[in-house]
Amino acid sequence: MEAIILQILNGLDKGSAYALIALGLTLIFGTLGVVNFAHGALFMIGAFCAVVMQRLLGLSYEQVDPTKTDFLGNPLKVQVPYVESWFGPEIGGAIVDWSVPLAIVLAIPVMVILGFVMERGLIKHFYKRPHADQILVTFGLAIVLQEVIKYFFGANPIQSGAPAALSGSFDFGAMLGFDPNVVIYPFWRLVYFLFSLVIIAGVFAFLQFTTFGMVVRAGMADRETVGLLGIDIDRRFTIMFGLAAAVAGLAGVMYTPILAPNYHMGMDFLVLSFVVVVVGGMGSLPGAVAAGFLLGILQSFASMNEVKSIIPGIDQVIIYLVAIVILLTRPRGLMGRKGVMED
Amino acid sequence: MFGLNAKDTRFLLIVVFLTLATPILLQPFPESSSLAQFNAGYPDLMQKFAIFGIFAIGFNILFGLTGYLSFGHAAFLGVGSYTVVWMYKLLSYNILPGLVLSIIISALFALVIGFISLRRSGIYFSILTLAFAQMSYNLAYSVLTPITNGETGLQVYTNDPQVLMGANSPTSPHLFGLVMRESVQVDMGGWLFTFNIGYYFCAIIAILAFYISLRIFRSPFGMMLRAIKTNQTRMNYTGLNSRPYTLAAFVISGMYAGLAGGLLAAMDPLAGAERMQWTASGEVVLMTILGGAGTLMGPVLGAGFIKYCENIFSKINDGILHSWFAFLPDGIENFLVTLVHPFVGKGWHLTLGILFMLVVIFLPGGLVEGFQRISRLFRSKRVKDGPRRKDPEHHPKSAPHVAE
Repeated sequence: MEAIILQILNGLDKGSAYALIALGLTLIFGTLGVVNFAHGALFMIGAFCAVVMQRLLGLSYEQVDPTKTDFLGNPLKVQVPYVESWFGPEIGGAIVDWSVPLAIVLAIPVMVILGFVMERGLIKHFYKRPHADQILVTFGLAIVLQEVIKYFFGANPIQSGAPAALSGSFDFGAMLGFDPNVVIYPFWRLVYFLFSLVIIAGVFAFLQFTTFGMVVRAGMADRETVGLLGIDIDRRFTIMFGLAAAVAGLAGVMYTPILAPNYHMGMDFLVLSFVVVVVGGMGSLPGAVAAGFLLGILQSFASMNEVKSIIPGIDQVIIYLVAIVILLTRPRGLMGRKGVMED
Repeated sequence: MFGLNAKDTRFLLIVVFLTLATPILLQPFPESSSLAQFNAGYPDLMQKFAIFGIFAIGFNILFGLTGYLSFGHAAFLGVGSYTVVWMYKLLSYNILPGLVLSIIISALFALVIGFISLRRSGIYFSILTLAFAQMSYNLAYSVLTPITNGETGLQVYTNDPQVLMGANSPTSPHLFGLVMRESVQVDMGGWLFTFNIGYYFCAIIAILAFYISLRIFRSPFGMMLRAIKTNQTRMNYTGLNSRPYTLAAFVISGMYAGLAGGLLAAMDPLAGAERMQWTASGEVVLMTILGGAGTLMGPVLGAGFIKYCENIFSKINDGILHSWFAFLPDGIENFLVTLVHPFVGKGWHLTLGILFMLVVIFLPGGLVEGFQRISRLFRSKRVKDGPRRKDPEHHPKSAPHVAE
């Protein structure tokens, strides 16, 4: 029982990332009908927003500290971050410590603007072209974004930690009444899971309970009719693209303490997220979320030693295997709608 | 000739000539000149041209003719490589058994994967092939280590059986004694030409592969594949089952990929799992699209173009850039160098990405379409020029409406 709970918990954080990226992908596909291969790159750029924020907050100047001396006996020069000198060492230190969550503030405008520029500048011209062309041009864009990031930040992963208060682990099993020290879970992964739930709930609420969301949903169902009603559906879809980019970016920002960002992380996640989208059903938002969590948890179950000893190597292939089985038995995925991408 | 009409025969002969003369044509600059770094006539690179040309030709038979976009062709490349290296380990360094077997085994692989994947079309097909390729890649890295030697990569060790190995047979890949890595160098007044046995072996196979693809393009079978690309639903309504045709195309292109993988191992007796990764599949997609999908020459051009850039662009460093712009004032020189720097050397992938995007946006037909447009531009000018010169005689100026 403990082992099962532990594996479910382990699967949740990866599943959350898959679900968030797949949600954005499906949002873009459902509204604009574009298969966006650059979505993984957006996730990656989000993660690098956290890196930028960390560096911005870490900007410091040199100050001579008269109370201390270095090993030669001269007064010690210390690096003092500007934030610490503005807000005092305590609040300033806390701000530096919380740089990853604070990066959300930076990531949202950056990602939304990037999304707008992408949609208006490039993807707009590809609505009428075949899906293969859309895949190819966004694939090219993903390479370009990836290389630009590599140029500025180098090829090595850049560590950025969670806030000290959230960086430890806690005994989740003891809280549920199991034996202590069996189900130990890092705080940040729980935070990430809750965060992704909030985002997913937010997106669904936005689509379900606002007039804007209602119009977007109507446009997803029948774009022409909505256009004929005199509603500028293209503008709303552009905003949805920005929203999807922001969701991917936020998923990336908060993932940095779990996986140190590197320039090709986007591609690694993209391939799996695509599988997730297809398993969930192209164009179905709940399907994407459900499949994301499902595959994340399945993957962590498959990497249990007990399972691996029965079927060796299953942890490496489980996602793809599930995708193949589901695609062959349920052609539209778990919750796919009829008539989507069946050309 | 060869069952082709006159135009295609001429085309084939040009291709044969270009392929055989590659070591000379790609060496246009004398060895001592500063432009010598743009020479591509060294064996490693020429072999890659031929091998990836074969890979792209095969991919084009599937993608160019039927429109099925496979994101998993690298799996066959890897299978081919592993087969050839295993034949080295078991028999001897003769490449022939390995190459034949690599075609057969990759065909079997393609048959299985194709049979399952082709039940779906469009993006679902892409995802299915991608899933299969990633599965093979992950397995080759982990569980199949006894067969693939995992991260180290498969190679020949001294304690391998090599039952057919004679006392004085070569200790590197060879074809009945013709050692692949040997080459003849000819120095002609500053120009250094390298004629490599391995390259010529690959080149002859590439010409054969090209000829077969030419025949497929012109055959009723090729016509059928094109019909499937144009409108599969209508094909089904006419009572035709299109699956055997697409499966045949898939298996043929898988065999091409397996052969290419086998040749990679025939030139350099190593095989690694990274050859199966999806980035490798992405690369062949890039090659085919960049050159022009669905055209005969396009994929070869694309493969050559990408491999050339990969090898030549990535060698250009800051020192070389400085020497290029040395004639300019220092400030402008440094500015230009910093401007160009991100696009060359390690950053050549950026150039590739931008180029690829530009091609997809503006030239959906790839480089081939670009050449056609340029040639049409010239031809249409000539046509326009023709009648205009005769104009004054045959079409006198029309009389003005209003009396002047």
